[in-house]
Amino acid sequence: MSTTMVAALNAALRDSLRADANVHVLGEDVGALGGVFRVTDGLAAEFGRQRCLDTPLAEAGILGTAVGMAMYGLRPVVEMQFDAFAYPAFEQVFSHVAKMRNRTGGQMGLPITIRVPYGGGVGGVEHHSDSSEAYYAHTPGLHVVTPATVADSYGLLRSAIASDDPVVFLEPKRLYWSAVDFSPAEVSTAQVPPIGRAMVRRPGTSATLLTYGPSLPVCLEAAAAARSEGWDLAVVDLRSLVPFDDETVCTAVRATGRAVVVHEAAGFAGVGAEIAARVTERCFHHLAAPVLRVTGYDIPYPPPMLEKHHLPSVDRILDAVARLQWEQ
Amino acid sequence: MTVLDDSTAPGLVGPPNSHGPRRDPAPLLPDPEPVRILGTPAAKMFDTELQRELYRRLVLGRRFNQQATTLTRQGRLAVYPASTGQEACQITASMVLREQDWLFPSYRDTLAVVARGVRPVDALTLMRGHAHSGYDPYEHRIAPLSTPLATQASHAVGLAHAARLRAAADPETAEELVALALVGDGGTSEGDFHEALNFAGVLGAPVVFLVQNNGYAISVPLASQSAAPTLAHKAVGYGIVGRLVDGNDALAMHSVLSAAVEHARSGRGPVLVEAITYRLDAHTNADDATRYRSAAEVDAWRARDPLTLLERHLRAAGLLDDAGVAATARAAEDLATEIRAQFDNPPDPDPDSLFTHVYATPTSQLREQAAELAARRDADAYADAAEDEDEDEAR
Repeated sequence: MSTTMVAALNAALRDSLRADANVHVLGEDVGALGGVFRVTDGLAAEFGRQRCLDTPLAEAGILGTAVGMAMYGLRPVVEMQFDAFAYPAFEQVFSHVAKMRNRTGGQMGLPITIRVPYGGGVGGVEHHSDSSEAYYAHTPGLHVVTPATVADSYGLLRSAIASDDPVVFLEPKRLYWSAVDFSPAEVSTAQVPPIGRAMVRRPGTSATLLTYGPSLPVCLEAAAAARSEGWDLAVVDLRSLVPFDDETVCTAVRATGRAVVVHEAAGFAGVGAEIAARVTERCFHHLAAPVLRVTGYDIPYPPPMLEKHHLPSVDRILDAVARLQWEQ
Repeated sequence: MTVLDDSTAPGLVGPPNSHGPRRDPAPLLPDPEPVRILGTPAAKMFDTELQRELYRRLVLGRRFNQQATTLTRQGRLAVYPASTGQEACQITASMVLREQDWLFPSYRDTLAVVARGVRPVDALTLMRGHAHSGYDPYEHRIAPLSTPLATQASHAVGLAHAARLRAAADPETAEELVALALVGDGGTSEGDFHEALNFAGVLGAPVVFLVQNNGYAISVPLASQSAAPTLAHKAVGYGIVGRLVDGNDALAMHSVLSAAVEHARSGRGPVLVEAITYRLDAHTNADDATRYRSAAEVDAWRARDPLTLLERHLRAAGLLDDAGVAATARAAEDLATEIRAQFDNPPDPDPDSLFTHVYATPTSQLREQAAELAARRDADAYADAAEDEDEDEAR
């Protein structure tokens, strides 16, 4: 059975709503329309308008309302329509969602899932293509999760909704329509991946690509192309930026001695900078070359006709691999 | 003739009334003048025991404000945003709530928190500086004091909405609860205030928003804050009821606020109450109010001190005499003594607690950092002990 990421996310929401009466979905256009990406398709029809609530168009209000609902014991799942449309809710995210458990000495946790379609590569207008993960990952108190595969999008979203901590769930919108042979019904609870574990998507011996979300398929493509250059590249899918899986990442880097971090977001002060620093601090004596980064340029997201120059490509990744100080 | 007049032209005006006015705004409008009871015939109808209770609580509330301010001078509180002059608002905000209700205070509402039963030292924890909040929000049904302005208003909406959802799903355990959100006049300029009122109106949530309009947002007067006829009029734009009340008239405050809470409880929707009051003290002990307001203005408001107004009324009505005043003053001194005693032992917060409640389960990174700090503290303690030993030997 062929399943898209959108369908898998939809199944995860549906199964979560069925499994727990406290789960509520709310956001803009999530009801009759099923969300602008159709991730909430059919939920209002099955569970009623109250459990899949069309809200006023106000992101801070949506999240602030979700905070109050969570205080009362519900598990709200909030949809932010686009990456850049989530910015009005930042004060609620940073000042309350991330801090309430700590502020109250553990007495008031907020089990809120904030779904954010993110990233470019879809020909979107400005404000529809941002990679906003570093803002969230820099804020203690949040978990930041991003699936890169159809199976993970189901499993990680189930885990996010079940988590007692707030989770910013970043959905790579250019993978929304990627389909694989997979049925959500086949995923048993035991197979639902825990939050905080990276996964080696491709073993390799020459160098290790560290990536997540929308850049995973690009890295896998680069690894396939690298074979003709004589390189056997490992590819690690981080899946969770917070908590960060130092163990899996460092094991994979030590095994090859070379690493390249790949993400779409601007490189300066980005998540890749943190990863490169962590790897260098922990694996220095195993490294044959500095950890390199292939990222979006340090520019506002470009217009659709120019975005191909901005996004990490197979060629840019292979060029970085070539610069890993190989012995002649 | 305009296009809109041509109602016979199909497709031009859409379905009938789909975008037209949906309800009559008149019942939502506040009275043109703030509701007052003191000095009016209505005062004679007011429950006498409740009047005495309001007086007692106002006196204790004033003493709480004074004692907390003194604690800042002694360095036992880092900062205290006093509600001196606003005690009628603070006290009634807690009195009108039932046990199942929730209070969503801002940083200036410590007195309302204490009035709902939290120990003073626990209500003042944020200002004392050893933790961000000192009481269990679920035990008292009070959210932590919110420092970011008006952001707690939408929490109140969400909680009230959630209670109604759960009541609908499980009528057996239904709680007819009301959430009361406290905001200042400056807070009404925040986008969060607008969004909270809009959500409350759309969801019909049982919420009451109490705006304590004390005239200033730190230093900026209301005229620079809003061009609205009154802040209570803002309610109309959200389809909710607006009420304007004299915030220094304790009887009017109790009457208007309890009516608003019961209005919300009965499922008739949210209410916005604007209470006209005055902050007699500066913004905090760190503020200099003489830079932005005149002594004459403050004096004029001192003459309208909520305590003075109530005491004068009670004496005139024969409900209070010198002995009653003295007895209440003694109770207030007892409270002050109790507060000082609660502050006797300086807090000794555990540095390990820095890492404990960031997440339900600490991440491996936080476990590493906690271990690093613990090791550093052990090393410091060892060095201190060795130093003491050297000093002893030198003697």
